[in-house]
Amino acid sequence: MSQEATQDTTRDRPVEATDRSAAPAERLLDIEGLSKSFGTVRANRDINLHVGRGEIVALLGENGAGKSTLVKQIFGLIKPDHGTITIKGDASPIKDPKDAIRRGIGMVHQHFQLVPVMTVAENMILGHETTSRGVLDIEGARQLVRELSDKHGLKVDPDVEVEDLPVGTQQRVEILKALSRRVDLLILDEPTAVLTPQETDELLTVMKELAAGGTSIVFITHKLREVLAVADRVYVLRQGGVVGEVATADTDARGLATMMVGRDVVLRVDKEEATPGDDVLSIRDLVVLDDRQLRAVDGFSLDVRAGEIVGVAGVEGNGQRELVEAIAGMRPPQSGRIDLLGKDITKANPHDTHVAGVGHIPEDRERHGLVASYSLADNLVLNRFSEKPFANGFVRDFDEVRKNAEALFTEFDIRAAGVQAMAGSLSGGNKQKVVVAREMSFRPKLLMAAQPTRGVDVGSIEFIHRRIVAARDAGAAVLLVSAELDEVLSLADRIAVIHGGKVVAEMPGKDADRTEIGRLMAGDH
Amino acid sequence: MADPRDEPSDGRPATGAVATETAPPPVVAERGAPPPPTGVLGLLVREQSIIVPIVAVIAALAIGAVLIRAQGVNPMYAYQSLFSYSFGTADGLRGTFEKMVPLILCGLAVVIPLRVGLFNIGAQGQLMSGAICAAAAAHAVREAPGFLIAIIAMVAGILGGAMWASIAGALKATRGVHEVISTIMLNSIAAGLIDYLVNGPLKDPTQSYPSSYPAPEAAQFQPLGFVPIGLPIALVLAILVAWMLRRTTLGFQFETIGRNRHAASYAGIKLGGMIVLAMAVAGGLAGLSGSIEYLEIDPYRYQDGIAGSLGFDGITIALLARSTPLGTIPAALLVGALRAGSSTLMFNTGIQPEIVDMLLAITLLLVSLPIIAKLIFRRHTAKSSALASSWGS
Repeated sequence: MSQEATQDTTRDRPVEATDRSAAPAERLLDIEGLSKSFGTVRANRDINLHVGRGEIVALLGENGAGKSTLVKQIFGLIKPDHGTITIKGDASPIKDPKDAIRRGIGMVHQHFQLVPVMTVAENMILGHETTSRGVLDIEGARQLVRELSDKHGLKVDPDVEVEDLPVGTQQRVEILKALSRRVDLLILDEPTAVLTPQETDELLTVMKELAAGGTSIVFITHKLREVLAVADRVYVLRQGGVVGEVATADTDARGLATMMVGRDVVLRVDKEEATPGDDVLSIRDLVVLDDRQLRAVDGFSLDVRAGEIVGVAGVEGNGQRELVEAIAGMRPPQSGRIDLLGKDITKANPHDTHVAGVGHIPEDRERHGLVASYSLADNLVLNRFSEKPFANGFVRDFDEVRKNAEALFTEFDIRAAGVQAMAGSLSGGNKQKVVVAREMSFRPKLLMAAQPTRGVDVGSIEFIHRRIVAARDAGAAVLLVSAELDEVLSLADRIAVIHGGKVVAEMPGKDADRTEIGRLMAGDH
Repeated sequence: MADPRDEPSDGRPATGAVATETAPPPVVAERGAPPPPTGVLGLLVREQSIIVPIVAVIAALAIGAVLIRAQGVNPMYAYQSLFSYSFGTADGLRGTFEKMVPLILCGLAVVIPLRVGLFNIGAQGQLMSGAICAAAAAHAVREAPGFLIAIIAMVAGILGGAMWASIAGALKATRGVHEVISTIMLNSIAAGLIDYLVNGPLKDPTQSYPSSYPAPEAAQFQPLGFVPIGLPIALVLAILVAWMLRRTTLGFQFETIGRNRHAASYAGIKLGGMIVLAMAVAGGLAGLSGSIEYLEIDPYRYQDGIAGSLGFDGITIALLARSTPLGTIPAALLVGALRAGSSTLMFNTGIQPEIVDMLLAITLLLVSLPIIAKLIFRRHTAKSSALASSWGS
């Protein structure tokens, strides 16, 4: 895990930024040796980073790579364990966000901090209201909005209530609000996550204009296209550390994808050659909308046969979540068809899909997979509580529930104080084992594993991988969706690369070419 | 844990030595160890300790003593005369028990939705709907044998209350309307509708005051000694509800929704249907209490004030009971005794019966204090999550 990935990447590509003559002279922000841990998790380790005036720097990485932790330290929301943050030559610690703002840092959060029922002008002065003769100076606020609008070319009507604005415009208000406090460095935390493609393009234009006007920008994203479109330089983070720094002029989507996914120790799983049987899952032209009503899954087709593991590889946010939710019956598809063993389950609800034989290890185990205040025994029958032998008709049979839990404890090596312990008291790895145990215990025809080892300790990762292979060998069709390319490469018998909500390539898992997959994941096909 | 056999079958001790085999799993999970709270509700449901309500009641009586003393009355004498009437005389005991019936049922009508994550403020309206439906049904079948009329009236009461509560449930399930808002509104709508009915179609013309037709004499509940017929009904229902929540698949679905809606939905539980069902069951219980009031309490009619504040007392009962069905019984006994003895208190000491409302309000406040304290505490540890979720949403 702790191998120096940077070395790996530098070996075949010149990714280290050579100090180019074009590099801006003045360093606005300079971070040295920054580290931050939460409990046993090292969220940031020994990070070195600098930003010049008028420069746009992207922080690229998968979820959990430590990007947000890093910018929160720059904005004074959390304090570093080690290391220094120097702003315009001043290395004194940043006390809190107020201090950060005073020193010229502005931040636009992923979730907007606006009051929906107030107008743009009212929101603009919220927190530092100006008054004239004891009365709120709304006219002044409107004036301020107009001035800032004109100056930065961000068109916003000061008198519209924020809730009536489209998301992209709300974001402009946030940016204007940050700019109203004279920022030198603007931090944007996943600014495009909530935007439509058009809004994204507009934002990118605005960012370029701001940079041209001398404002430096640090922005977080995991979308390669945006990085290449606006950033001058990019830092790639993985597992809390910077694994690469490169000028965008010297790289391309493929290079970035390779860095992002990394070249970690490959956790090779011992497995026999697959002996696939008949089709279990068959998906045709599936279209699924995301929460913003955009087509996240857009014409997706895939077959998964009994006794094989099909890995869906892709950069996060390319429709994987919506795909899994649609198969599980948690999100009704817009169009297309899903068949399980020849039976149409397109319109099935989660109960139906479970009965039809779909085991689902959900991406977010805390939210969907477990009830934290229930005992492990209850969690292990969460979707089977009404089935025999766990209930006789209307009445639950606690004896059977307990026996089931005790058996699964042994089989899945769950480490807890006992089957009556609360699920919420377990470590991440053991929580995940509970979910895995439950979803495998009824011998599903299709096992769907979404990010099955996210946030899980190494020992549990190996265990879960072995169990997934064992489920395949027992004849289950396995659909593995993972943002960890290594996981897909080591487990999958067949790999489907997803980009923009559809399969862009399918290949055998054996001898699959990582670089090729990285290129396809980046949408280069 | 309960079964000692699991030690050998596990191949390792159930507790303690787990960590010896390999490195212990990190104690700190990604988002910290304590289970995520679901706001006020989660705390209400989880905090099952009986100490808090007992301390709250004692403290409320102590504060009440100061108020009584301020009126120049010896508080010990006041409390003694109140409770010795409520518990020590046949009339008083019957009064206490009569009051207990609707208090238990309305308490249950708040407890069940709380388990599902809903705050039912509408027991009042549901009780009134039940009572008016019972009155209408009893009048319609007034020629039938007495016991049959009583049964029909009770069924009508259950249906009336259930229907009224389902409206709020359906609005929540389909449109996401907050149940606190809708049940409050439905309380007022019920009051208005019933006002029309007892002044119009259901008005007994022999009465000058707006009033429904009386329950036929044969159908009226006569107490068995000092035990009103409603009491065993209420007690059995409290036990049934406890059993339902604890042991049945329906109870498990209710609980799961209340604790983690997302996981419930993932596990195949139909949220919308369950929300409507939980509200309907709650409304049915409140409606039943309305029909029992109609059949059991003189003047055996639907008249203004039949509901008193019983539906709202149900909220007090549910909170005192720490959201447990069986807890509603002692809670209702206490509140019933206070209400039954309040007029004697006035007769003996001149203290206005409103003192009882004050005592209840103080008790409620004190019962809620630990919750408030916990909320504040949680804000320190996990700033956003505790307050982000409101009642039932």
